[in-house]
Amino acid sequence: MTTVVTHSSHLAVRNLRILYRQPVYLAFTLVQPMVWLLLFSQLFERVVELPGFGDVSYVAYLAPGVIVMTAMMNAGWAGTSLVDDMDRGVMDRYLASPVRRVAIVNGILAYQAAVTVVQSLIVFGVALAMGARYEAGAVGIVVVLAAAVLLAVIFAALSCAAALLMRTQDALIGIFQFLAFPLLFLSSTLMASALLPDWIGSAAKFNPVDWAVVASREALLSSPDWGLVGGRVALLAALAIVMTGLSARAFRAYQRSV
Amino acid sequence: MSESTRLAIEASGLTKTYGKGAKQVRALDGVTFSVPSGTVFGLLGPNGAGKSTTVKILTTLATADEGRAFVAGIDVARNAAGVRNAIGYVPQKPCFDPTATGWENLALQGNIYGLSGREIKARSAELLERFGLADSAGRNTKTWSGGMQRKLDVALGLVHRPQVLFLDEPTTGLDPQARADMWSEIAELTQSDGLTVLLTTHYLEEADHLAGRLAIVDRGRVVAAGTPEQLKGELAGDTVQVELAEPAVNGHARAAIEAVVGVKDVSADGVLVRARVGNGAATLPGVLAALDAAQIPLASVTVARPSLDDVYLRHAGRSFHAADEAGTKEVAA
Repeated sequence: MTTVVTHSSHLAVRNLRILYRQPVYLAFTLVQPMVWLLLFSQLFERVVELPGFGDVSYVAYLAPGVIVMTAMMNAGWAGTSLVDDMDRGVMDRYLASPVRRVAIVNGILAYQAAVTVVQSLIVFGVALAMGARYEAGAVGIVVVLAAAVLLAVIFAALSCAAALLMRTQDALIGIFQFLAFPLLFLSSTLMASALLPDWIGSAAKFNPVDWAVVASREALLSSPDWGLVGGRVALLAALAIVMTGLSARAFRAYQRSV
Repeated sequence: MSESTRLAIEASGLTKTYGKGAKQVRALDGVTFSVPSGTVFGLLGPNGAGKSTTVKILTTLATADEGRAFVAGIDVARNAAGVRNAIGYVPQKPCFDPTATGWENLALQGNIYGLSGREIKARSAELLERFGLADSAGRNTKTWSGGMQRKLDVALGLVHRPQVLFLDEPTTGLDPQARADMWSEIAELTQSDGLTVLLTTHYLEEADHLAGRLAIVDRGRVVAAGTPEQLKGELAGDTVQVELAEPAVNGHARAAIEAVVGVKDVSADGVLVRARVGNGAATLPGVLAALDAAQIPLASVTVARPSLDDVYLRHAGRSFHAADEAGTKEVAA
């Protein structure tokens, strides 16, 4: 068990080093969320006048959604580093060594979790600078980060599993294009739950993106419904465990095919 | 058991089939060979012969359908973890991390094998020095030359002081200078630590130059094994090679040479006509006289001791280059 943790952290550090060496990569991943935050929130500024949003500015409403969206979008690419390692001899070198197999995927998940925390804090900071205000304290922010990290783990594990089974960057891009926007629009990320068409509202109940958004927004209220927050976070955690298990199975399938 | 401890590698009857149904490819068809400790052993064969598959089984990356293999006395199928700690593996494709420096590459590898920080530092410094990489060790490996990167690949395989090192096509893609460099590094490996090296190659001269013993692999089987000298010695005799001034007359030349006393097989390929003879020096005057009588103009004549190419031709029934090209096409298809 300790070996798994040691190996995972060494591999996570390897991944984080790339980010540290090329911070411009982090900047690229923030372009999309900034467009949503700086442009989209202004374009739809007056949407909060509709009954159902409550007494809130659209930037303040949107910010947790942008954090969640960013976590999902970037985690979807997590598998590309595995494809690189498979294309080169790096994966073969690992597999002929005593490295714990789960550590190879764990290293990527841990890296993705760390990146998500940094991105989320930046997005949150920009939203505050744009005038978004929340009544919650530090606990609220911790919940937002936890929800974003869990969602990132879910999608990074899915991306790794897809990478191990299909082994091409093209396949990863394809899957992700197919998933990301439908999941985004079938949720209350951009529009208040009360204003969603019934069928989208029903679909959202099964959408992990909506779980993360609902938990985040609720936790930022002055007196949150902790039952609701806890329920959604528990769902996210359960799905994260399932997806991590799936990626481990995909790894075994990959090894059998070598 | 004492047998397998003296032998660094022992493979018997390894078979492996990839794919199912019509797409089935029999990569290994009963590979058997053994490698004594402390030697450089070469697996020589054209592309697609089964060399890499053999190495994958011995390094625990893949499992054999049938047959058994022991590496450093450990059963690869029963105790894969034990084998992994005892071996170093340098895959055919580059395996260093281009986003990290030389130091960082070696440190991660050391950490994977559970070395302490101090051991990693000392061992990395030693390896970087030995491979002439010390000056660039702090630079990102992306900026290194191909030869340096390949040396780092080999160094990564040595960090944990393995008993057996597997080098899969260590010099493919290197320029002649880098290849010569790599050859001298590999030759030195068995001198220190009593390391056993198994290298695969499809360069005949590389096997001839480096391997103390070798096995020639063709279509998933070992077709010949021994020291390069033994293998060439079995062919008893020399090769007379005649280069014609024009290819059109190679049929006449072939017929003229075949008639000479002492000549065994003759083969013609473009301007080159090759004859296997008992004693090159004794037969050459007769060959020249016959060609002169037939009025065939020559560009050059050489007498050579048998090469591994001749060995391959005899055991595999086709020339190495033809097999290599056919294998490359199959791999690409």
